[in-house]
Amino acid sequence: MKRVYVNEKWCLGCHLCEYNCAFANSGKKDMVDALKGKPIFPRIHIEGNEKISYAVSCRHCEDPMCVKSCIAGAISREDGVIHIDQSKCVGCYTCILVCPYGALATNADGVMQKCELCLQNSCGAPACVVGCPNNAIVYEERGDENG
Amino acid sequence: MRMAEYIIIGNGVAAIGCIEGIRSVDKTSSITVISEEQYPVYGRPLISYYLEGKTTLDKMNYRKPDFYESNGCRVLYGKRAERIDKDEKNVLLDDGTALPYTSVCVATGSTPFTPSIKGLETVQSKFSFMTLDDSLSLEKALNKDSRVLIVGAGLIGLKCAEGISKRVGSITVCDLATRVLSSILDNECAALMQARLEENGIRFMLEDTVTEFNGNKATMKSGASVEFDILVMAVGVRANTALVKELGGEVNRGILVNEQMQTSLSNIYAAGDCTEGMDTSLGERRVLAILPNAYMQGHTAGVNMTGGRELFDKAIPMNSIGFFGLHAITAGSYFGTDEGGEMYEERGDGTLKRLFTKDGVLTGFILIGQVERAGIYTSLIREKVPLDSINFDILKKNPTLFAYSQNQRRKMLGGVV
Repeated sequence: MKRVYVNEKWCLGCHLCEYNCAFANSGKKDMVDALKGKPIFPRIHIEGNEKISYAVSCRHCEDPMCVKSCIAGAISREDGVIHIDQSKCVGCYTCILVCPYGALATNADGVMQKCELCLQNSCGAPACVVGCPNNAIVYEERGDENG
Repeated sequence: MRMAEYIIIGNGVAAIGCIEGIRSVDKTSSITVISEEQYPVYGRPLISYYLEGKTTLDKMNYRKPDFYESNGCRVLYGKRAERIDKDEKNVLLDDGTALPYTSVCVATGSTPFTPSIKGLETVQSKFSFMTLDDSLSLEKALNKDSRVLIVGAGLIGLKCAEGISKRVGSITVCDLATRVLSSILDNECAALMQARLEENGIRFMLEDTVTEFNGNKATMKSGASVEFDILVMAVGVRANTALVKELGGEVNRGILVNEQMQTSLSNIYAAGDCTEGMDTSLGERRVLAILPNAYMQGHTAGVNMTGGRELFDKAIPMNSIGFFGLHAITAGSYFGTDEGGEMYEERGDGTLKRLFTKDGVLTGFILIGQVERAGIYTSLIREKVPLDSINFDILKKNPTLFAYSQNQRRKMLGGVV
């Protein structure tokens, strides 16, 4: 299955992925309208310092702790993709408690969200990947072993 | 391969984990679920969110409506397993039916514990807060003027309080403990949560409890008296261990299970709130009655029931609980300095972080208010990551994968996990 991966060596730490993600999931047609002057709630985030940076988003784990722990049964794994049914989420934060990658956070309304590979929005392919200026973020299939 | 007959006693989250565990290996053998409750599985902790209006009955289903059917399960609703005949390998139901099994999973959960208090029988309107039916009957009884007395300031009592707070006149919560949420919070952290609850109109009587009921009046140990219309008893729960205990299986406060979720009796497994397993953060056995563990234990039991192999050897206490927008996330065990533990602390405006370390690993944490990415800390506890293999100084300040080495991070972010 294709997942989003980041190459630390190429990541500039520019945070564009965060903006592209927030825009792609905003449901709006215009980026300025969607993001300007508002707090953004991207599903990917940059970590690191001036020298090293990289983007973190949902790993779509094979054995996902969030799915096993969700008290509402709102998180499921369908064809390898971990999906949140936001209408069922009660905002208990148990998924925040268990995700080893820190990949889940709330949206503006306090409902949990995470990367769903832009399969649920109109983007079609992960917006973070499409918009990465240095091709540091990729969307591809990798085996268990290679890094 | 001969077809197996799996029986699961109980229909909560542990049972669902068990079904999914079995089906991850054995797609065809029969699975029978014995459900005392008349409902398909729902998330038990949702009952307070239901009263609060954050979910609805049709959204509380833990799995899709066709779950049992698509997993080839037969569910016997409204039935109770009376006993297990381990010689004949039958489970005997209250209607006299004997169901043969090749392996059985006891996922019977727990029952609210009601202390014997003088005059309790004189209280007309009293409830537990454990099941959907409890929640629905409480909902029927309450109105905007109800004065509610909740006995027990633990997770159940306080979630109940939050759930009904906008729908009743007043809420008083009493507890013998010196603080709220005493099983997961220390004094100072508990005080923060208590303050938030009080700001929202909930009144506390701590270090105090009811010594006598007389109809709608409770006389307290302190001598005070409380008048109420509705009583909620949320003192605690007891693991339902009887089925295993009466067979001579090993039972302490819960049914003892090993890492494969086997009881001491052959072909009898147990999972969920009825069990007592190893808390690896503490290094001792404990009843860890929390939903994630119930699922994972159930899954492990299911896989092992088929003859497959899965271990659940990373059980720790962990809770995420919020009241009126203030969230607390906690995990693991908190060792004091007298036990060789150390604590790192950070305070902010309405936030508090406490990390507990011992013997070079993180053993526990409490986060109040600022809880983002807490799972990075939880993972350190579960995996017993040696703190000298990561940059703990960075991690203390902020849960981030940046604290890991580039190599470790490549494994986490660069491949399939």
